[in-house]
Amino acid sequence: MFQAILFYTFAAVLIGAAMGVIFSRNPVHAVMFLVLAFFQSSLLWLLAEAEFLAIVLILVYVGAVMVLFLFVVMMIDINVERVQGGLVRYAPLGLVIAGLMVVELVQLIWARSRFEVATGGFAATPEGYSNTEALGAILYTEHVYAFEIAAVILLLAIVAAISLTMRKREGLKVQNITSQVAARAKDRVRVVKMEAEKRQ
Amino acid sequence: MGSLIPQFALDLWNGLPVELQTVVTHVFKIVIVLLPLILAVAFSTYFERKIIGYMQRRIGPNRVGPLGLGQPFADVIKLLIKEVVIPTRSNRFLFLIAPLLSLIPAFATWAVIPLNDTFVIADINAGLLYVLALTSLGVYGVILAGWATNSKYAFLGAMRSAAQIVAYEIAMGFALVGVLMAGGSLNLGDIVRAQEGGITSWFWLPLLPLFVVYFISGVAETNRAPFDVAEGESEIVAGFHVEYSGVAFALFFLAEYANMLLISALTSIFFLGGWASPFEGLTFLGDGSFLREPSLMWLCLKIAFFMFVFFWLRATFPRYRYDQIMRLGWKVFIPVTLVWIAVEALMAWLQVGPWAA
Repeated sequence: MFQAILFYTFAAVLIGAAMGVIFSRNPVHAVMFLVLAFFQSSLLWLLAEAEFLAIVLILVYVGAVMVLFLFVVMMIDINVERVQGGLVRYAPLGLVIAGLMVVELVQLIWARSRFEVATGGFAATPEGYSNTEALGAILYTEHVYAFEIAAVILLLAIVAAISLTMRKREGLKVQNITSQVAARAKDRVRVVKMEAEKRQ
Repeated sequence: MGSLIPQFALDLWNGLPVELQTVVTHVFKIVIVLLPLILAVAFSTYFERKIIGYMQRRIGPNRVGPLGLGQPFADVIKLLIKEVVIPTRSNRFLFLIAPLLSLIPAFATWAVIPLNDTFVIADINAGLLYVLALTSLGVYGVILAGWATNSKYAFLGAMRSAAQIVAYEIAMGFALVGVLMAGGSLNLGDIVRAQEGGITSWFWLPLLPLFVVYFISGVAETNRAPFDVAEGESEIVAGFHVEYSGVAFALFFLAEYANMLLISALTSIFFLGGWASPFEGLTFLGDGSFLREPSLMWLCLKIAFFMFVFFWLRATFPRYRYDQIMRLGWKVFIPVTLVWIAVEALMAWLQVGPWAA
């Protein structure tokens, strides 16, 4: 009962936030609505006792990805009028994609309900069961090759992104921080010892 | 217990539905943690001014109340009765909600912090992940404040602070990976329990580089001196909170000090054995000596020590230059943590330190 109330509240806010992403006029507001949507879906996962996924969703998407999004959105000067015009133009494409997703979801639920008995709620996990441990155990044993390949691909993406954007402009005056930090007083100041002059 | 609480109150309590009982006990626990926390924030502003005063051969606040102890309350009342000015052409809603967004994560993280062996509001399996996730949310308050103000100075401050927080968070995360490897659990209570056995078996010794990196990154995360370029009075006036006044400013202030207390508490828990006593192994102190017992007192002392270090740093060091901050974060701290994680793996393999069988 209590869980059901929570579920419907979170789900309603999630849908509202998703609508907000699409319909808000201000791009910064849209980003904040997206953050709210991530939060609500993470709460739904928490209700399903998938605490690892829920927390990682917040950590990765809200804590890192959306911060960079916000950065970019704040820096560029977006013409609100033009963005609003796009909404109508891209609406058919969006509707097609949304329709496809609904069909997929319905298929999944229908297939499940044919082969399994539908349960009222999420299956409760046994006492002392750790989501994180279970995920780690599977990732590092059964799927270790796939996991390693994914890691290498990500590393490759990092290197590629850096090498694509790194460029040295000619005639740019940059400080060599290592040499600045390594500088000692005796490199800059020469202390000369000399005899005091005799009084004339 | 039975004699202390009258029978009708017990009947009333037992008559409540179970869900309501849970809600009431949790709210009670939260209040027990939050009230002392807010008081601690108020008095840490006083101690900061006193400590820095003495370090600079001044007396510090001594006018309000005995020893100036009423100063924090005088400050709070002053801020509460000031007008909150909202700049024209600012984004009113985000402008007002930004201070809350920086305060809420700082308080919410205390939910998983164990105060002693038994008391913790939420004893969850993935406590360390929860801490990481919530500390990464504090940046929203700063960014939104800077943007919603509609001022160039505030925006510059917000950009600086956001880049800084994102950079140092990675080093912090890697340092916590090291703690996780040593503690063998994501639960903060279990991490403290893994450090039993006195000051030499705490994690600060085998994880010394990570300990240093974690605390300095914590200083950078809270935008405190010498990493306070986000406020940089000499360059960008006051950074992201330049247009905030009254209660809204007080909330930012509260969030900053709550974050400092949080970083101090986390550092004590991860590296200095949390509530454990440093003299646990000293048998000559006697069996029942309170000095050997693990208790909340030790955690408070450790937090107080790190708060002192925060103030000490502020009184000692000049502000970092911005590009050097970035260099320190990306090119020094992250490699150091990566190397030490490899060293830790070696230590675990050779079974030395906390991994001794």
